[in-house]
Amino acid sequence: MNSGVELDIGVKGYLEYHLFGQTLYITTTHICVLIVMLALTVFGICANRAIKKADPYKAPGAFVCFIEIIVGLLDGMAIDGLGKKHGPNFANYTGTLFMFILLSNISGLFGLRPPTADYGVTLALGMITFLLIHYNGFKYQKFGHITGLFKPIPILFPINLVGEIANPLSISLRLFGNVLSGTVMMAVVYTLIPKFLLIAWPGVLHIYFDVFSGAIQTYVFVMLSMVYISDAFDGEEE
Amino acid sequence: MNNISSEAFVLGMSALGAGIAMIAGLGPGIGQGIAAGQGAAAVGRNPGARGEVMPTMLLGQAVAETTGLYSFAIAIILIFANPLVKML
Repeated sequence: MNSGVELDIGVKGYLEYHLFGQTLYITTTHICVLIVMLALTVFGICANRAIKKADPYKAPGAFVCFIEIIVGLLDGMAIDGLGKKHGPNFANYTGTLFMFILLSNISGLFGLRPPTADYGVTLALGMITFLLIHYNGFKYQKFGHITGLFKPIPILFPINLVGEIANPLSISLRLFGNVLSGTVMMAVVYTLIPKFLLIAWPGVLHIYFDVFSGAIQTYVFVMLSMVYISDAFDGEEE
Repeated sequence: MNNISSEAFVLGMSALGAGIAMIAGLGPGIGQGIAAGQGAAAVGRNPGARGEVMPTMLLGQAVAETTGLYSFAIAIILIFANPLVKML
């Protein structure tokens, strides 16, 4: 499209390579995911060092306090969602998911294109949750996981099957749609409004689309993952 | 009408279709409003239950938003990755 205004929401390919006869690209999304991962890794290493050096007989410093608050919140969220017995086993997954999606969503503030505005990223996250649901379904309900599809009456089997397959699609599309709509709105605003309004007005929208909406969607994604996973424990005998 | 090329016609109709698809935003808007109103009523009746009402309300609103996001996905596909133009 060569019209006057140029809307830039797409993913650009930077480095071309060939694999199995396909032409593939290293895109903006890959780079942004790597930056987010790098930030999380550096934070993790710093946190590990700080916790190891912390003296249990003295009051903890600000950074150690901050880490303890984060870990406490994430563990508490997993235990609230999955129960006392299973919560601690899944705290690693849900906590990592929460931090990764939150940092991805608010990375629009730092000038990156949010990685979660690419369907490849959110579908991968949804598929991990899908695998966890069915792994735990077979682990805890054994064969009941399959016969559960024929309840309450066998004729509902196709509908139940579609419902199971729609889970990862719906949670990944929800995250993708919300973040992408924020990105599109910001691109439209930056393209169309006059120059003198650029000083203050986009900041308000950044607070809503990046911070508020991003945090809500992160919470919703993690909560829905936990709801689906805890459904898999249903037929378990205590 | 004769001097409109078929590409231009398909592109224009796709833009119209994208706009019409976003009418689906009505439903989630009404649903989320009802959920928020009921949440506010619940907190007003029992302010102690605020911590329980808020996550439930947000979760329900997020699920209700899904249909709107499907229409948004269709609109985005029609504008930026139009499959109809390749059929010409």
